[in-house]
Amino acid sequence: MIKFKLNGRDVSLDVPEDTPLLWAIRDDLGLTGTKFGCGVGQCGACTVHVGGRATRSCVTPVSAIEGADVTTIEGLDPEGRHPLQDAWQEIQVPQCGYCQSGQIMQAASLLRDYPDPTDEDIDGVMGGSLCRCMTYIRIRKAIKEAAAAMKSARTEGDSSNG
Amino acid sequence: MIKRILTGVVGAGVVGGLGFLWYAWWPAIPKIAPVQPGQFSAEKIERGRIVAAESYCVECHTRQDGGTGPELAGDYRMQTPFGDIFSSNITPDPETGIGNWSEEALRRALHYGVSRDGSHLLPAFVYDHFTKMTDADISDLYAWIMTRPAVHMTHRPNGFPLSISPRITLAAWKLVFFTPGLYKQDPSHDAQWNRGAYLAEGAAHCGACHTPRNLAGAEKVANHEYDGGVVDGWIAPPLNQNNPTPVVWTEDELYQYLRNGVAPLHGPAGGPMSPVAHDFLATVPESDVHAIAYFFADKAHAAERVAGDKAAIAQAMTDSKKDLVGFSTDPDARLYQGACGACHYNAAPAPVLGRPELALNNALWLNEPTNLYLVMLRGLTAKEGQSGVAMPSFYNALSDHDMARLAAYLRRTRTTLPPWTDLEKKAADARKLVEEPPVNSSH
Repeated sequence: MIKFKLNGRDVSLDVPEDTPLLWAIRDDLGLTGTKFGCGVGQCGACTVHVGGRATRSCVTPVSAIEGADVTTIEGLDPEGRHPLQDAWQEIQVPQCGYCQSGQIMQAASLLRDYPDPTDEDIDGVMGGSLCRCMTYIRIRKAIKEAAAAMKSARTEGDSSNG
Repeated sequence: MIKRILTGVVGAGVVGGLGFLWYAWWPAIPKIAPVQPGQFSAEKIERGRIVAAESYCVECHTRQDGGTGPELAGDYRMQTPFGDIFSSNITPDPETGIGNWSEEALRRALHYGVSRDGSHLLPAFVYDHFTKMTDADISDLYAWIMTRPAVHMTHRPNGFPLSISPRITLAAWKLVFFTPGLYKQDPSHDAQWNRGAYLAEGAAHCGACHTPRNLAGAEKVANHEYDGGVVDGWIAPPLNQNNPTPVVWTEDELYQYLRNGVAPLHGPAGGPMSPVAHDFLATVPESDVHAIAYFFADKAHAAERVAGDKAAIAQAMTDSKKDLVGFSTDPDARLYQGACGACHYNAAPAPVLGRPELALNNALWLNEPTNLYLVMLRGLTAKEGQSGVAMPSFYNALSDHDMARLAAYLRRTRTTLPPWTDLEKKAADARKLVEEPPVNSSH
C-alpha cells in the first residue's frame, strides 16, 4: 500500500511499487489533466509537482513518492485561477492543448525558483517541455505576464500589511 | 653452530606459535538470565538510542533485500569481495539473538571483535572502529538493545570461504590489521574536534566506507585514511583534501548534508549515505552532528581552501546554462536539455536548493561515473536526498548509449577533469547493479 498526498488529500493505493506515478494519477485516482506524452521523461507533458518541484510522472515510480505531497494541474489552485492559468487564458496560449498542463506545472515551478525570470531562465527551465504546435512564444509571454501579476500581488500584499 | 641456529629458529617458532594460540584463544563469557527491561532508567535507554543511532546499528542488522525484515534481527546481506555475508540478530532473543549476553560480553565484542562464546567475529562488524567507544557509551547502548523487542530469527548462511579454522584465520587477520584501544583525546585540538573525531572514528565508523581497503579487506588507515572507497557498488567519496568537488565541504555544508541529507552547494545524499542522514543523524543531538562536520572540515583543510568557492560557484552558474539557453545543434546537449535541464538549470548568484547543480556535484568530479549512473538509473525517492522531493528513474528512458553520451557531455562541459573512459560499458555495468527496473514503463 503506497500512501501520499494528492492535491492536499491523503490517498493510499494498492498498486505494484514500480507503477509510474502518471498511471496511478490517471487510471487509479481518475485525474486526467496530466497527460501521457513520450513515456520516457523527454517531453514534459506528464509534469506534476512532488514536494513543490516539477517532476516527470511517467518515469517516477509510486514507491519513490511514498509520503510526499503531489500536486497535479487540478490542484495547482483551488479555483483554477493560478496567475499562470489566468495568463494562459488571457493570452490564449494553447493550440491543441495537449502539452499545456505540463507546461503550466513546469512554469509554476520556474516562478517559484525565479519569480522574475529572464528569457534565459525560461529557456533553461522550460526547454524540456515540448509543444508540437509551437506555442512557445505565447508560453513565454504568459509566463512573464503571470510573473508580473504575482509581483504586483506581492507588492499590494506588502503595502496592505503596513 | 648450525644446530644452535636451528634450535633457535624452532624455539622461536614454538614460542611464537604458542603466543599466537594464546592471542587467538578467548574464553566464553557465561550466559546470563534474560535482562529485566525495568532495570534501566528511561534516560539511560535514551542515551543508548543515541549511541545506536550514531553507530547505524539498525542499518546493518536489519534485512533489506527481499523486503524489510524485523528491526535488529539481522540477516542484512553485505556484499564483500570475499562473498556475501549476513549480519547477526542482535535483538534480546536468547536463542537466536544476544539475549543471554552480559554487558561485559557486548563490550568485549565491540572492543575486541570476540563473540560471547569466545569465537572471533568477522571484521564486517567494524570493531576496528567500535574499539574506540567508551565503556559508558557501550553500557547505554546495552540498555537500549536489551529493551528492544526480541525476535526469533536466524540469518542465511555466510558465503564467506574460510578454508582454515575461522578462529585461526580471523585471529591472524586481527593480529596484522586490528589495533584495539579506546579513542585517545588529541590535546592539540579543542573539545568539539575531539568529540567529532571520537564519533567519526569510533561509533559512526565513517572510514568503513570512506577509507579504501587492502586485499585482505582492512582499511588502509596508514596512508589512505578517508581517501574514499566503494560500498554496495557506489563510490564513497574522499572525506579529506582529496575530495574533488570545486566547492569545498565546509562545516556548514557537511552539517546540512549529514543532518538533512542535502547540501545546497554539493547536492543530495544518495545510495547508502541517505539513511545515514535521514534515519540516524537526523535523530541525534545537533551538537554531535556539528562536531562530526567540524572534524571533517578540518580533515579536508576546508578553511584554507574556502577562498576559491566564490569563483567556483560563479563558474558553475555559467556552466549550468551552457547549451540550455539559446540555440544548440549539439545532439548531446539536446539530450541533456530534454532529460535533465528542467530540474538542473541554475542561474546566478547561487544554485537553488532542490535544483542540484551538476557542475558542483561530487558525481561529476569522481574518477568514475558510477554514482552519476546509479542516480540516473534509480532516481532518488522522496525519502532519500532532499526530503519530500524525488528524481525520476531513467532506467527505461535512457539506453546505455544515451547514458554514456550524457556522462561524457557533462564531464566535458561542467568539469575541468579528463574525460571518463569506456562509458558505455560502465553504463551497462551500473545497470547490472540495479536489481529490478525501478519503474515499469512498458505500455
